[in-house]
Amino acid sequence: MSTPSSHPAPEPGDATWTGAARRLLERRLPLTHLLPSRQPFFVGSWVYVFGVVAITALIWVIGSGIVLAFFGPGWFHVSGVGRFVNSIHFWSVQLFFFFVVLHLWGQYFMASWRDGRATTWLVGVVIFVVGLVTGFTGYVSQQNLDAQWIAINAKDGINATGAGSFFNVLDFGQMYGIHVMLLPITVTMLVVLHVVQVRMRGVVKPIEPQAPGGRRNAPTDVA
Amino acid sequence: MDTPATYVQLGFLVISVPNLLVILGMVLVFLAALFAPFPAHHGIETDHDEHPE
Repeated sequence: MSTPSSHPAPEPGDATWTGAARRLLERRLPLTHLLPSRQPFFVGSWVYVFGVVAITALIWVIGSGIVLAFFGPGWFHVSGVGRFVNSIHFWSVQLFFFFVVLHLWGQYFMASWRDGRATTWLVGVVIFVVGLVTGFTGYVSQQNLDAQWIAINAKDGINATGAGSFFNVLDFGQMYGIHVMLLPITVTMLVVLHVVQVRMRGVVKPIEPQAPGGRRNAPTDVA
Repeated sequence: MDTPATYVQLGFLVISVPNLLVILGMVLVFLAALFAPFPAHHGIETDHDEHPE
């Protein structure tokens, strides 16, 4: 077994893409970053809890959604248990967006895209937008007058964007399929990517107060 | 839930009372998160050590 050094001896298979991928992961995402046991002092604030609460709500959304998908879209109209599970689904979605927006406010005001975290911020924005579309397809998949009302009113707006040619809000099968399969998988994968990105670079440092000379103490000045 | 919501009109802004309450609730929770003391935890560093880059 070789001892660690700055220039380790090449091992068999190092020229392969799997070897390159392994070295990249070891360099960019060591386990001490992925599963840290300690956090910087500035993480001791409730503002940093919003993202975790949003993920917790998302777990409830997906869990209740799996149950609803198994019993079908009409189940909650005819079953008390179905109505209860549907309510969990609905209210966990409300909590998800409530805390996603709070998370967004917190990260916006601390300019969390600093120090090479731009893609982390952008992935968060994409999660928010995809989440909105997921919520919308859920509303039009309820199989009730509410869903019909929303779909009929939305179709002209969607058609005006040109997306109506492939995104037909009056097509229940398309909306339901997108809602229960395509978008939940997309959101989940993006959230996993978002968390991994946060762990790769750590939590962004707070913005330093203004220096006496008028220049802001850039956090990037600190190694 | 089967009755229409009450709406508030402030100039060109029109918003339902339930939506307004949700937004006000979010603002309150955000301010509370900024100023509420966070419980001490052994996993939080007490010095200014950085996350290892």
